[in-house]
Amino acid sequence: MDGNVEDFVETARNKQALNMAEMTKVDCRHIDVFYDEKQAIYDISMEIQDRAVTAFIGPSGCGKSTFLRCINRMNDTIESASVKGQIIMDGADINDPSIDPVLLRSRVGMVFQKPNPFPKSIYDNIAYGPRIHGLAAGKSELDEIVESSLRKAGLWEEVKDRLAAPGTSLSGGQQQRLCIARAIAVSPEVILMDEPCSALDPIATARIEELIDELRERYCIVIVTHSMQQAARVSQRTAFFHLGKLVEYGDTERIFTNPEDSRTQDYITGRFG
Amino acid sequence: MLETFGHLPVSWLLFAVLAAAGFVAFFIGRTSAVATAQGSTARLNSQPNYHGYFLAMATIAPAAVILILYSLFGESMVRSQLASELPQRIRDLGTMEMGQYIDRIAENSQRGPGSTTGNALFDAATGRYTSLLGLSRIIAIGLALFGAGVGFFFARRRLSVNFRARARVEDGIKLMLFLCAAIAILTTLGIVASLFFEALRFFARVPVLSFIFGTEWNAQTGADFGAIPLFFGTFMIAFLAMLVAAPIGLLSAIYLSEYASPRFRSIVKPILELLAGIPTVVYGFFALQFVAPLVRSFAVWVNSLPFTPDTLLAAQPTSALAAGLVMGIMIIPFVSSLSDDVINAVPQTLRDGAYAMGATKSETVKQVVMPAALPGVIAALLLAVSRAIGETMIVVMAAGQRAQISPDPTSDLTTITVQIVALLTGDTEFDSAKTLSAFALGFVLFIVTLLFNLIALRVVQKYREKYE
Ligand SMILES: Nc1ncnc2c1ncn2[C@@H]1O[C@H](COP(=O)(O)OP(=O)(O)O)[C@@H](O)[C@H]1O
Ligand SMILES: [Mg+2]
Repeated sequence: MDGNVEDFVETARNKQALNMAEMTKVDCRHIDVFYDEKQAIYDISMEIQDRAVTAFIGPSGCGKSTFLRCINRMNDTIESASVKGQIIMDGADINDPSIDPVLLRSRVGMVFQKPNPFPKSIYDNIAYGPRIHGLAAGKSELDEIVESSLRKAGLWEEVKDRLAAPGTSLSGGQQQRLCIARAIAVSPEVILMDEPCSALDPIATARIEELIDELRERYCIVIVTHSMQQAARVSQRTAFFHLGKLVEYGDTERIFTNPEDSRTQDYITGRFG
Repeated sequence: MLETFGHLPVSWLLFAVLAAAGFVAFFIGRTSAVATAQGSTARLNSQPNYHGYFLAMATIAPAAVILILYSLFGESMVRSQLASELPQRIRDLGTMEMGQYIDRIAENSQRGPGSTTGNALFDAATGRYTSLLGLSRIIAIGLALFGAGVGFFFARRRLSVNFRARARVEDGIKLMLFLCAAIAILTTLGIVASLFFEALRFFARVPVLSFIFGTEWNAQTGADFGAIPLFFGTFMIAFLAMLVAAPIGLLSAIYLSEYASPRFRSIVKPILELLAGIPTVVYGFFALQFVAPLVRSFAVWVNSLPFTPDTLLAAQPTSALAAGLVMGIMIIPFVSSLSDDVINAVPQTLRDGAYAMGATKSETVKQVVMPAALPGVIAALLLAVSRAIGETMIVVMAAGQRAQISPDPTSDLTTITVQIVALLTGDTEFDSAKTLSAFALGFVLFIVTLLFNLIALRVVQKYREKYE
């Protein structure tokens, strides 16, 4: 059974390698993740496409977040976690000791499940990244970055008159868009989103989905979601995880209409998870 | 006379009787509930045990209330009765002296019959006191037993199949818990009220303004009651203490909550909190024995430097700096433990957000975690300040006694708490301005620390709401 999956993934990768080689942004090779002794990710290899949305789906606890956090080395901040394998981004392995995770994270932004604006003003929330990475030469340049990030996140019109108000004073959906704007402000190449809509109401969710669709033209986006509909709506490619393994990975349309693995079939038809 | 029954003090006997009455009431309540249920306790609104508890409560509670009231007010009622019967000659003496006279009578009465002094009036009064006291006891015990009976009687009549004994027992427990909580509050109020009225008596002799704004304090020998030097000393030493405690406490809290391994933290935090458990007199001893001489030799050394005047620092054997340094060490755990808690309460998602933006650990702490924890940290600091202001033992031992306004930390200073101790120890007359000034100082000290605590509490509340 497992052998079949491995074979499948392998062949799928080979097929895609031909026509999408230059479009691959993140190439993960044989990733294992352990929390202390416990293994959470088993030998996952996958190529994530640039300028596209890749959705991670799967039942709770199957390792979606863990795998996502490998891509910006957020697992480094968890004492018990250790990651094995290579993740090639722009020709270099991000797990190489010579790579500074702090700099890596300015290239790979992240948005979390619960909106987490800093206890600062809206302006300072957006300016935070550019400031610590020295991206703006002066006040006017910083103003520009703040405005353009808020515009890209579709929040500018709503907050332009109260940039000095605390970020926490916004509604949940606005806070989440603020967090997206904050991530965009450092001009990342990849944006990771871990269930960005699970704390939001349907209207705010629709707003974020629209935004993700717009951002796709500029960034490589990976989104973890619990909602099959959301994966179908926003993503071009979908990866199905189960018990720490990558079961199936391919074009979203095909995964949802014609899954090859019975577990994928069961999951998307709601038989488990 | 009615002091003992056999070999047992009568109060113990009474307790035994009441406890037995409670037991009996319990079993009567239970049995009657079982009887009314006619074999099926499911028909009862409340289970038989609750009928029993209810009846026991209704029996004991009135007796307990009466006995508590008697133990609070019984003796003073006896005393005032005796006072009204004493000859005019003695009643003319004034409250203070007559109180002492009756104290002696009560003391003599305790020795039992036959301890005569030869003074006919005094012996007669002793006899009268003894019999009045005995009478009051009999009345109290009678009332208590009567109350128990009445309580039992009425409660017994209420028991029935539909009686909601369970709810009534719940009410009774609630009331009892409330009374316990009320005792704590009432005690506090009582302390404040007594301080307040004594302070009022002081302010009848010394104007409030000259107390609060006066710059001369000389209560022991003269009549200067200007409290500014004492406030100065208090705040100076609290300030020096915070200079030590705030940075060390805060930084160790940051280290413990953000950098240390959970294992290290679980060992070090309790040790740090142990500092708070050391008796302050030990700190005082340490300050006097080790730190004060060190401060003094440091001051002497500074004075001896070629570029400083020889009299730059006072270099006293006891000093504000010595007391402040040691007090600072003492309050480190207040700052560190509370700050550690508030820093830990900052949601992990905020830290993750900062890390994900590419912030380093120290940037995250400085720019995200600390601003989020700031209100709580301020509250911790305010609580520490109020602790420092109220601290007594260390300053008594290591700060000196001189009431003066001197910015030189190596000179000796005195504080509000030290003066209160000085004013109330040794020979004191309770009516002199000197003694009463201690209460005025205590009252002002209470107000100041209360303010600090209130502000701290408010800040903490605000902070809580933010992350709920
Ligand atoms: N910080 C952690 N420490 C230990 N185990 C963890 C930690 N985070 C996740 N895990 C474990 O790793 C597995 C995968 O978790 P996660 O990646 O959060 O799953 P998902 O995001 O798919 O719900 C789960 O079994 C979970 O219990
Ligand atoms: Mg998850």
